[in-house]
Amino acid sequence: MSDYNFAYLDEQTKRMIRRAILKGLAIPGYQVPFASREMPMPYGWGTGGVQVSAAVLTPDDTFKVIDQGADDTTNAVSIRRFFQKTAGVAVTEATSQASVIQTRHRIPEEDLRADQILVYQVPIPEPLRFLEPSEVETRKMHALEEYGLMHVKLYEDISQHGDIATAYAYPVKVEGRYVMDPSPIPKFDNPKLEMAGIQLFGAGREQRIYAIPPYTQVVSLDFDDYPFQPTKADHACDLCGAQDSYLDELIVDDEGGRMFMCSDTDYCATRRKQGHVGAQGVPYAEDAA
Amino acid sequence: MTPLLQVENIAKFYGPRIGCTDVSFDLYPGEVMGIVGESGSGKSTLLNCLAGHLTPDRGVVRFDTRSEGLRDTITMSEPERRMLGRTDWAFVHQHARDGLRMNVSAGGNVGERLMAVNARHYGEIRAEAIDWLGRVEITEDRIDDRPTAFSGGMQQRLQIARNLVTGPRLVFMDEPTGGLDVSVQARLLDLLRGLVREMNLSAIIVTHDLAVVRLLADRLMVMKDGHVIETGLTDQVLDDPQHAYTQLLVSSVLQV
Repeated sequence: MSDYNFAYLDEQTKRMIRRAILKGLAIPGYQVPFASREMPMPYGWGTGGVQVSAAVLTPDDTFKVIDQGADDTTNAVSIRRFFQKTAGVAVTEATSQASVIQTRHRIPEEDLRADQILVYQVPIPEPLRFLEPSEVETRKMHALEEYGLMHVKLYEDISQHGDIATAYAYPVKVEGRYVMDPSPIPKFDNPKLEMAGIQLFGAGREQRIYAIPPYTQVVSLDFDDYPFQPTKADHACDLCGAQDSYLDELIVDDEGGRMFMCSDTDYCATRRKQGHVGAQGVPYAEDAA
Repeated sequence: MTPLLQVENIAKFYGPRIGCTDVSFDLYPGEVMGIVGESGSGKSTLLNCLAGHLTPDRGVVRFDTRSEGLRDTITMSEPERRMLGRTDWAFVHQHARDGLRMNVSAGGNVGERLMAVNARHYGEIRAEAIDWLGRVEITEDRIDDRPTAFSGGMQQRLQIARNLVTGPRLVFMDEPTGGLDVSVQARLLDLLRGLVREMNLSAIIVTHDLAVVRLLADRLMVMKDGHVIETGLTDQVLDDPQHAYTQLLVSSVLQV
């Protein structure tokens, strides 16, 4: 196949990571320390996610990589090629055909199934970090379930902006116990965290792995008088006309022209193939070339 | 009457050196006790042992908890002790920066203890914060300012508000007026005296400023080299000091 061991990492390392993953699944939302390895890419490019993917991939898997919802950005393309080269696995851009999906900043619009694994790239796994700089103290707070501080952050949001302005990496409480950073996904995606698939979170630089098992209760934190609200741009996709998907805003010229389009490129393309056309879109076949 | 705090033979050593040793006293509800002594006499060590920040090497500290009566706070589990630390106890640091979150607004600072005991209604938390800022003479329009924008005296008052918002029964104060100029000190003392009487607080105040204890404390404990050398009613100790060191301390106060 190639000069690499299957999926780049050596078997002992994969074993160590799998143990961390199993522990993470057993204690939903708990950050399991693991001995993160140097990967052939810089920190911040998804070294944690890549290690988790490498540990869960099998030769029969079909692999998909999402970067901010898109399959075709530099980051997504290089990670996909990395595993094509080092694991020889099949790759796809279609959410429904993938068995392992590595993602950065988004959850696919399409509901995941029980036989799919979603791997998140996490920059800073500790939700309390910006309020409490001490790791000793934050670990103690998790252990003793002292989460008042998390609400101080939301309080500050409301007092400064009149509303909970946290739009991404919105803190959640998993199975009534651990408060967790769902990685920088938009809060629009938070309700989707309760899903059929397995969700694994890998933070390479911070050396932490955590997980949400299927059908686990995930509650976004809020106040009684300021309930959690998933938000998106108040618009429909200009390419496929979808009303319910998370949108990117694109400036198209210097005269104030702009368009909104699905951030999930696979979801958008699938809809256009089915014949949906948005306000500024063109039928699928013509623009495919 | 059950004492609120019972201290028996507390001792803390730093290697061969004595932090404090053989300290025993009872503190009753509504009582304010002052601990005075020179720098290095073991006042702060003692206070930190009582408040659970340091583990003493010997001795017993019992606190009259609301649910279970007298409990040994040294042997109780850490979650229980930390729970006491944010409900029934309050700790006012000498430097407000140690007791405040400097990157969180005044309102957030006051609200933190409420949120830590599961207050989840923004409007109520904010109303409570405004009420408490008012009580410590910080105007409502400063509620969204960070403590970094406050003067030293205001920071100290904010720290007091933040600590008293959950209605504690016992307040530990470590030189609450240290580093403030005299007019600000006077106002702070006035405020503290009012709050202590109004809320029927018990307090332990560590200070080296005899004027502070004269105003606030019912009882006084004088420490030197880790030992308690004299105890008694404040006026009695200050007006008729018995121990040579206490006499020195009282006579060292500068007269204007």
